[in-house]
Amino acid sequence: MNLYAITAIYRFEMARTFRTLVQSIISPVISTVLYFIVFGAAIGSGIQTIDNIHYSAFIVPGLIMLTVLMQSVANASFGIYFPKFLGTIYEHLSAPVSFLEITIGYVGAAATKSFIIGMIILATSFLFVPLSISHPVWMVVLLLINCITFSLLGFIIGILSNNFEQLNLVPMLIITPLVFLGGSFYAIEMLPSFWQTVTLFNPVMYLISVFRWAFFDFADVPLIYSFLATLVFSLICVSVIFWIFKTGYKLKN
Amino acid sequence: MSIISISKLSKVYDDGTNALDEVNLEVNKGEIIALLGPNGAGKTTLISTICGLLKHESGQIKVDGYDTVTEYRKTRRLIGLVPQEIMLEPFETVYDTVRFTRGLFGYPENRKFLEDVLKKLSLWDKRKQMIKELSGGMKRRVMIAKALSHNPKILFLDEPTAGVDVELRRDMWSLVDLLKNNGVTILLTTHYIEEAEMMADRIALIDKGKVIFVENKDALMARMGKKELTIKFKSPITKIPESLSNYKLKISKDRLSVMYAYDTKASRTGITRLLRDIADTGFVLEDLETSQSSLEDIFVSLIRK
Repeated sequence: MNLYAITAIYRFEMARTFRTLVQSIISPVISTVLYFIVFGAAIGSGIQTIDNIHYSAFIVPGLIMLTVLMQSVANASFGIYFPKFLGTIYEHLSAPVSFLEITIGYVGAAATKSFIIGMIILATSFLFVPLSISHPVWMVVLLLINCITFSLLGFIIGILSNNFEQLNLVPMLIITPLVFLGGSFYAIEMLPSFWQTVTLFNPVMYLISVFRWAFFDFADVPLIYSFLATLVFSLICVSVIFWIFKTGYKLKN
Repeated sequence: MSIISISKLSKVYDDGTNALDEVNLEVNKGEIIALLGPNGAGKTTLISTICGLLKHESGQIKVDGYDTVTEYRKTRRLIGLVPQEIMLEPFETVYDTVRFTRGLFGYPENRKFLEDVLKKLSLWDKRKQMIKELSGGMKRRVMIAKALSHNPKILFLDEPTAGVDVELRRDMWSLVDLLKNNGVTILLTTHYIEEAEMMADRIALIDKGKVIFVENKDALMARMGKKELTIKFKSPITKIPESLSNYKLKISKDRLSVMYAYDTKASRTGITRLLRDIADTGFVLEDLETSQSSLEDIFVSLIRK
């Protein structure tokens, strides 16, 4: 294992975060605060509680997930797309590094960034709502798993994208709707039965459900389904990345 | 002893272009070999394939005895690549970007070594500057610094002096000289034939994906190079006299001189007799001049064949 290469990629990517601190960290935090004000204070005043949980508190896991998933995809996709765009990817391809090491470097950095953002949002939410976490260790573990999984997805998007428009297409047209419709701001049981069935096909719903369980000991679907969904999704992402590096698709002619 | 051994290497691009066609090439340890050829001949494809940037369909590449596909970690650590185009992350500092490459090649940060590399390339004073703030020539130096950051045994220079000013070109030549003296094997592609003529030990001519020949530069120059004697007259000559017809002289456009091609390696060049025969014709000589065909002339004549 070329640990120096992993460290070099990780360090290089993290340096980019600190160079663009406002865009990387402050901007998503401000967006989340706005969500708290709009959904928690304005709209939440009409809903009061869901399953005895104050609505402002109920949306916290969903809000963290919304930002973390978006940021994971954006960070990882940009991280690998930028060297492709600049042409500096030649260094990675001519260096003694394996696909696994490149992936660990980029995905590790992207996941770290989104994990930091997730924790900042959590800290911020304590300022707005009274919040207690039932399973804090699981909450951290689940947050980490989701950061890594969606960074893997972002990494794939970054490799497959041919331009900046395509880079933004998947997060904008797929991830955002899936997170919004995956129960970020409501319990699934609040939907009409037809839409409840439709929601079961939304993989993000399983992630939000288990994450909410870590907070409130309450989940929309059985935990095992959520863990299985996360595992399957991660395996698919790893398999696709392995195939890309094995075949050189979009990387090597 | 060869450090790069290429046998029956073929590469076909997705669009069907046969970029490399059963290429065989041996690169000796410590030598400078210049890959010459017209645009699209396959020079960059060959380098890219050795480095792992491109996949090849068939054939084998061995670097220091290791296979570039199955033992890529060993082979890639030995190679430093300076690509044709400048490709750098614009928002990174000079030092960080060079350190990044060193890490990528599996080496820990070594400040002393990186300082030496940057100083050799006159980049030390600019180490804290962002890449985007550098001039084109400085960026080219950074590309070289990155390629040298892991102290490679083999250096690939793909058109290293294309579009650079005279000062940088001379610096680059000095650096190549220094590296060669330190035992680094250098594979160079260039469009500046005089560059190859000046630096290379051997010349490989590649065209349409095939290696036409690989030969020692001096031997090639001696074999293919011709010398020419230009004899200038005081007054124009209308035609070559019958007594000089055996010399196959060519009259210049202004008819004030004739050219005589001869072989320096031949036992007799015929110059003494020619000058005597010219004197017998009564022509008055003004000046004599000799010239040797350059590698460029040889290159052009070979490509046209």
